[in-house]
Amino acid sequence: MQGDDLAAIAEKHQGSRRKYCLRTCMSAGCMSSRADAIKKGLDAEVKAQGLEGEVEVRRVGCMGFCGLGPLVGLDGMKEREILFEHVTPEDAPAIIRAVQAKDHGLQVADPDHPFFSKQMRVVRANGGIIDPERIEDYVAANGYRALYHVLTDIRPAEVVEEITRSGLRGRGGAGFPTGLKWGTVAKSPGARKFVVCNGDEGDPGAYMDRSILESDPHLVLEGMAIAAYAVGADQGFLYVRAEYPLAISRLQTAIRQAKQLGLLGGGIFETPFTFNVDIRIGAGAFVCGEETALMASVEGRRGTPRPRPPFPAERGLWGCPTLINNVETFANIVPIINRGAAWYAGIGTERSKGTKVFALTGKVQNNGLIEVPMGITLRQIVEEMGGGAIGGAKVKAVQTGGPSGGCIPAEYLDTSVDYESLTKLGSIMGSGGMVVMDDSTNMVEIARFYMDFCRDESCGKCIPCRAGTVQMFELLEKILSRKATARDIAMLEELCDLVKHTSLCGLGQTAPNPVLSTLRFFRNEYTELLQPEPAGECAASGQ
Amino acid sequence: MIPSLTSAGEESSPARVTAHASGDKRFKILEAHIKKFQARQDALIEVLHKAQELFGYLEDDLLLFVAHRLKLPPSRVYGVATFYHFFCLKPQGAHTCVVCLGTACYVKGSAKVLAAAEAAAGIKSGETTPDSQLSLLTARCIGACAIAPAVVYDGQVAAKQTPEMVLAQLEKWREPCKATT
Repeated sequence: MQGDDLAAIAEKHQGSRRKYCLRTCMSAGCMSSRADAIKKGLDAEVKAQGLEGEVEVRRVGCMGFCGLGPLVGLDGMKEREILFEHVTPEDAPAIIRAVQAKDHGLQVADPDHPFFSKQMRVVRANGGIIDPERIEDYVAANGYRALYHVLTDIRPAEVVEEITRSGLRGRGGAGFPTGLKWGTVAKSPGARKFVVCNGDEGDPGAYMDRSILESDPHLVLEGMAIAAYAVGADQGFLYVRAEYPLAISRLQTAIRQAKQLGLLGGGIFETPFTFNVDIRIGAGAFVCGEETALMASVEGRRGTPRPRPPFPAERGLWGCPTLINNVETFANIVPIINRGAAWYAGIGTERSKGTKVFALTGKVQNNGLIEVPMGITLRQIVEEMGGGAIGGAKVKAVQTGGPSGGCIPAEYLDTSVDYESLTKLGSIMGSGGMVVMDDSTNMVEIARFYMDFCRDESCGKCIPCRAGTVQMFELLEKILSRKATARDIAMLEELCDLVKHTSLCGLGQTAPNPVLSTLRFFRNEYTELLQPEPAGECAASGQ
Repeated sequence: MIPSLTSAGEESSPARVTAHASGDKRFKILEAHIKKFQARQDALIEVLHKAQELFGYLEDDLLLFVAHRLKLPPSRVYGVATFYHFFCLKPQGAHTCVVCLGTACYVKGSAKVLAAAEAAAGIKSGETTPDSQLSLLTARCIGACAIAPAVVYDGQVAAKQTPEMVLAQLEKWREPCKATT
C-alpha cells in the first residue's frame, strides 16, 4: 500500500458513484425506528423501477438531527439536498418519486434551520455522508492520507509539536492539553508503549462518542495510528461500552478492512511502522471512564482506580507508558494534520480551540447531535439551534458534564461555551452531554438523581466516595420527604466539601457537583422543603 | 513482566480440548474462544462476555471453568464478574425489558415508565418474575438520548416510550403464555 494506491481506491470508488444518492441513516437512534426496513424498502423500490444505474441507496452514520429520525438524505438534485424526516418503510415509493422530481408529499427538514446552519463540522464531517462499513468510502473522502503524510514526511516529534500548536485539549471532560500528554508519553522511557482510546462514554445523556464510532470508525483508527507513531507505540486498545453493540460491530468491521488493506498491522505504507488495535468491551461500570480504572479493566481486572502519580503517561498498561485519549480527541487528529495546526487554532476561543460535539437532549424542541465552534453561547445552542423548551415552557437550566457537572441556570445562558467559563459556573465541559430542563423540573430531584447514580457507580475502593455518596443521597431523600431541617443542608454542604477534596478519583471528586451547583443557583427549592428547627435545639445552636 | 500481546506465549499451546463433563457443546465454543485469546489472563472480561452470551448468565460452575482455563484464582473471576453490572449471576427471564434511566430519559419521564412496568409485572427492577417470563432491568444510559425515553425490549431499542406503550408490550409477551396454559 502506497499513497498512489489510496488515490486509486478513491478514484475507482468515485467511478462507481451514481447520479443520485439516497443516504439512509443507520445509526442506533434511527435503527430503533426501523431504519433497516427503510433501506430494504428503498433498495427494493429502486430495483423495481429499474433505477439501479442512477440511484444509489447508501447506508450512512448519524446525520445529527436524531429527534426527527429516521432520516433519509437525497443528493444529486438540481437545487440542493433534500432531507426527509420521520421516514417510514412505507415511504419508499414517495422518496423515489422525489428523485424523479415528482410530487412526494413527505415531511422535509429545512436545511437553513439554525440547527444545521450554526454547526461547524470538523469531527463529524463524514457523519451521515459516508458508509461506515466500507473503507473505500472513507478513503474516497480523503481518508488515511493524513497517516500516509505523517509516516512518510514528518518525524514523530514534529507530529507532537503540530498537535501542541493546534491547542487541542482532551475532549473527555477535563480538558488536558493533548500535545502535552503526547509529549510526555513520547519522552517516557520504555521498551513498549500503548495507545488507548477511551470510548467508555458513561455520562447519562451523552452519545457523541457512540455516534462518531458508528458513523466514522476509520477516523478514530487513523487518529490512533498517528498518535501511536508520534509517541512510539505499536499496540492500541479501543475500550467501548457493551451498551453500544452497533459501534462495536462497526469497529470490528473497520479494523478487519484496514488490516486487509495494510493500513493496520506491520509495515504500514511500506515504512517500519507497525500498529495493531484490539477492541476491549466494557461491562457496564461508569468508573471505567477514569483512566486508571480503564487500564485495570483493559488488563481484565476490576475497574478500580489507583492514585496518580504515576500518571499513565509514565506507568500505564502493564507498567508501560500509555497514552489515553477520548474518542472525540482522536477524531480531531486527522483534520488537524490535514488542514494544519494554524487553521485549527483559529477556531474557538483563546484557551479552548476547535469545535465540540454536544448531545442536545432533554426538554428541548430539537434533539440531536451538534458540532459547534468553542465560544458559542449556551443561548445560541439552546434557543436558536434547539428551538427553546418544548410546548412554550421556559428553559430553567442546562445540565452539562453529567454526574460530574452542574446545572447552569437560564440567567447564565449567555455564557460562552469553553472549558474555563463552564468551570467558573460550577459545571464542567464534560464529554458533551447537554440536557435542557424546563420549569417543571424539580432541581432537588435532579440532584438526588445524580447522587443515586454516583452512589451506585462508586467502585467502593475509597471511603469518602463509597460512604459519602450514600450519606449525601440519604440527606437528599430526607430533604425531598420534607423531614429535613436547615442543619441537614449544612451537613450536606460539609459532606460535599469533604467528598470533593478527599476522594481518590474523579468520580468521587466531582460527585458533589450536581448538589453544589443546584444549591448555589436553586437554593430556594431546597429551603422550601425544610422543616423549622425544633425550638429547644434552636436555642442550643444559638448560644 | 510484560505479557506479550502479539506473539503467543507458552500458555497458548492449545491444551487438548477435553469435552466438559456435562457434554454441553457450549463449553467447546467457549474453549475455542479462550484459545483465540491464547488463554491470556487479561482476556478475562472478553471470556466472561462470551460465556454470558452462550449461557445467558454466569453460574458458579461456569465461573470455575473460566478460572481453571485462564489459570486464575476463582476469587479473581468472581470479583470481576460481580464488579461489572453487565454480568448477571442469576438466570434471566425469557424476555428482558430494560428501561433507560439516563438523564435525558429521566427528565422526560422514564421513572413513570419504570414504575408502570414494575406495577404491571409485580417485580422490582433487577428482578425476574417467578414464572421466569420477564426480567425487568434498568440501564444508566444507552445513548439513545434524542429519542428519550427509550426502552430496550429483547435487545430492540424502542423510542419515545410511555407507560401505556410499556404495558402494551408486556401484555403482548404475556399473550402466548396464556394461550398455552
